[in-house]
Amino acid sequence: MTDRVPRTDGGTPPVDEPGRAWVFGDDIDTDQITPSRFLVSTEPAELAEHAFNDLRPAFSADVEAGDFVVAGENFGGGSSREHAPLSLIGAGVSAVVAQSFARIFFRNAINLGLPVLICPDAGAIEDGASVSIDLDAGLVYDHDAGETYEAEPLPQFLQELVDQGGLEAYTRQKLATTSE
Amino acid sequence: MSSSARTITEKILSTKAGREVTAGDYVEAEIDAMVGHDVTGPLAIEVFESVTGEDGTVANPENVVFTLDHHAPADGVEAANNHNIVRDFAETYGTHQYEISDGICHQVMIEEGFVRPGDLIIGADSHSTTYGGLGAFGTGVGSTDLGTVFATGELWFRVPETIRFEVEGALPDGVYAKDLILRFIGDVGFDGATYKTAEYGGSAIADLPIHQRLVLSNMAIEMGGKAGIVEPDDRTVTYLERQSGLDVSLDPDLVSDPDADYEAVYTYRGSDLAPQVSKPSNPENAVDIDEVAGTPVDQVFVGTCTNGRYEDIRAVADVLKGEQIDSNTRLIVVPASKTVYQTCLETGVLETLVDAGATFQSAGCGPCAGYHQGVLGDDDVCLATANRNFPGREGSMQSQVYLASPATAGATALYGEITDPRGLETERYDDYAVATAEGGR
Repeated sequence: MTDRVPRTDGGTPPVDEPGRAWVFGDDIDTDQITPSRFLVSTEPAELAEHAFNDLRPAFSADVEAGDFVVAGENFGGGSSREHAPLSLIGAGVSAVVAQSFARIFFRNAINLGLPVLICPDAGAIEDGASVSIDLDAGLVYDHDAGETYEAEPLPQFLQELVDQGGLEAYTRQKLATTSE
Repeated sequence: MSSSARTITEKILSTKAGREVTAGDYVEAEIDAMVGHDVTGPLAIEVFESVTGEDGTVANPENVVFTLDHHAPADGVEAANNHNIVRDFAETYGTHQYEISDGICHQVMIEEGFVRPGDLIIGADSHSTTYGGLGAFGTGVGSTDLGTVFATGELWFRVPETIRFEVEGALPDGVYAKDLILRFIGDVGFDGATYKTAEYGGSAIADLPIHQRLVLSNMAIEMGGKAGIVEPDDRTVTYLERQSGLDVSLDPDLVSDPDADYEAVYTYRGSDLAPQVSKPSNPENAVDIDEVAGTPVDQVFVGTCTNGRYEDIRAVADVLKGEQIDSNTRLIVVPASKTVYQTCLETGVLETLVDAGATFQSAGCGPCAGYHQGVLGDDDVCLATANRNFPGREGSMQSQVYLASPATAGATALYGEITDPRGLETERYDDYAVATAEGGR
C-alpha cells in the first residue's frame, strides 16, 4: 500500500476578518488555478504551492492565511478537478468572491465548505484591497474603498449543506440516520 | 406553454428522484453509474474513507467504474502510486476497474455498456456530459461528490433549465459535429450554458451517427453546460447493440415534449455552416476556417474523449493515405480506447498513419492536458481535435492551440498549415473495411 496523507477537514479562516484581495479577471479556468501537471497530489498544502502557478507565480509565494480571491465572470471553468478549490483551501484563502462561477467549481467549493459568493460588483474591488465578508447578511466590504457590495444569497438547500460543514459532514449524518 | 410539458432533463431527473420535478428544483437522485479516473479517483477514495471510516461499504459496487487514462502508462512515481491506490480500492470493494491500456473513461463507459438512454450518470471528470449523446443525463462532478456517492448511491442536483440548439437540413461535405459544437460555443460563449442542459435537435442532428452526437454532448461543458443531450432514437438502439452489447428498448416518452419550456432556442440551417476553428486560447473563439487558413502549425494532435474514436482517426487517414505529413509538422495520434486502437490496426488505418509519419500512441488522454506524450514547447503552435485550448493547456504558457475537426486536422497535417478539408479528395476511405458500428462517416 502507498502511504496516504490524511485528508484535512477543510476549515477555512473566518471571513469577517479583513484580508488581502487577490484580484483575477474573467474566465479563470481550473487549468489556470491548478495546472494539470500538479494533479498527482491530493494534499491541500502541496497543491497550494502551485496555485495559479503559471498565471500568477506571486500568489503562492505571497498569499497569507485569511486572504481572499476576487474574480470576474465564470471563475473556475473547465476541468472538474477538485484540486483547484483544495489548493485555495490549502493556501488559507478565506473565501472566493466572483461575479459568477462555473458550475463544477462552485459545486466543489460548496461540497468542501469553502465559502463562495456571487457578487455582481466584485469587479470594483482592486487588487491588494483589504476586504472582509458578512456571510449571514451577504455583504462584501471593501475597506480601502469604503464600499459595501451585496452578494447573492445561496439557495436554501446549499446553505444547509454549507451550514452542516459540506458534503462529507452531510453524508456522515445521512449514513448515521439510515443505519439507526 | 403547458405546465405539464417537460424537457427530457426534467423527465430523467423526475424518474431518478422519485417525484415530479422541474427546472430550479433541488433533488437527491439515484445514480445509475459513476466513473472516476487516475486524477480524480484517489481524491474520491480519500473522501469515501473519510466518510465511512475503516469498514466502509460501497453502496453499489457494480455501478462504480475506475479508469487509468490521464497518466497512462504512468509518467512518474506519483502517478504510478495513484494507479495503485485505485487498483487496491477496486479490488478491496469489488468495483470495476480498467487498466492503462483500456482507454479514456468516457469511451470505456460507453463501450462497456454502462450507459443507457434515460440513465443518470456522474463522472469525476468534466466531460461526463458525453453520455448525453446516447440520451442519458451525464454530468461532471467533483471528487467529494463521487466519494460520497460510493457510500450512498445518490447525489444532490439542481434540475437545470434547458437551451436547445436546432440544426435543420443536411450538413455540407467537410462539416461535422465538431464544427457544429464549436459554432454553438462561439455563439453562446464559454459560460453561455452554465448550470443548464444543452439539448441538440433538428433533422441534421437526427441524421448524425452516434459517434458524432457524442462530440456535441462532450463539449457542452465548454459552454458551461451541466449536460448535453440528444434525444435517443433507433440509431441509439442500434449503436448500443453493436458497440456496447446492450439490448435496449426505446421509451417513446424519453424525449422533450413539443411545448416544453426552453430558456432559449438557437436555430441553424445546416447548409450555412462551414468548418470551424477555435483560435487560442478559449474554445469560444470559433471562426470560419477561411479566417485562419494558412496559419503554420508545428504539431497536430488527433485524439481525446472528443474526437479520438475510430471514425475520427480514419478521417485523418483518409486524407493521408499514400501521402507524407508536412516535414515541418508533427502528427500525434492517440486512440480513445483499446477497441479503437484494435480497429485502427485491423482496418489498416494505423499502418497508413505510421507510414505517413504519424506518432501513434497507446490509448488514453495523451497530451490533451499538457503533461506527457507530446507537450508543447514555447511558441509551438498546435491544431488539436481536443476540447480545450486554454493558455498552457497542452504545455508552455507561450504555446498556442487551435481546435478543429479530425478532417481539418488531417488536411492541416498534410500541408503544415491550417487547411480547409473541403478542397481535398475524400474517396480514399473506401479502401478500408467498414469496421465501425454504423458505417458512414
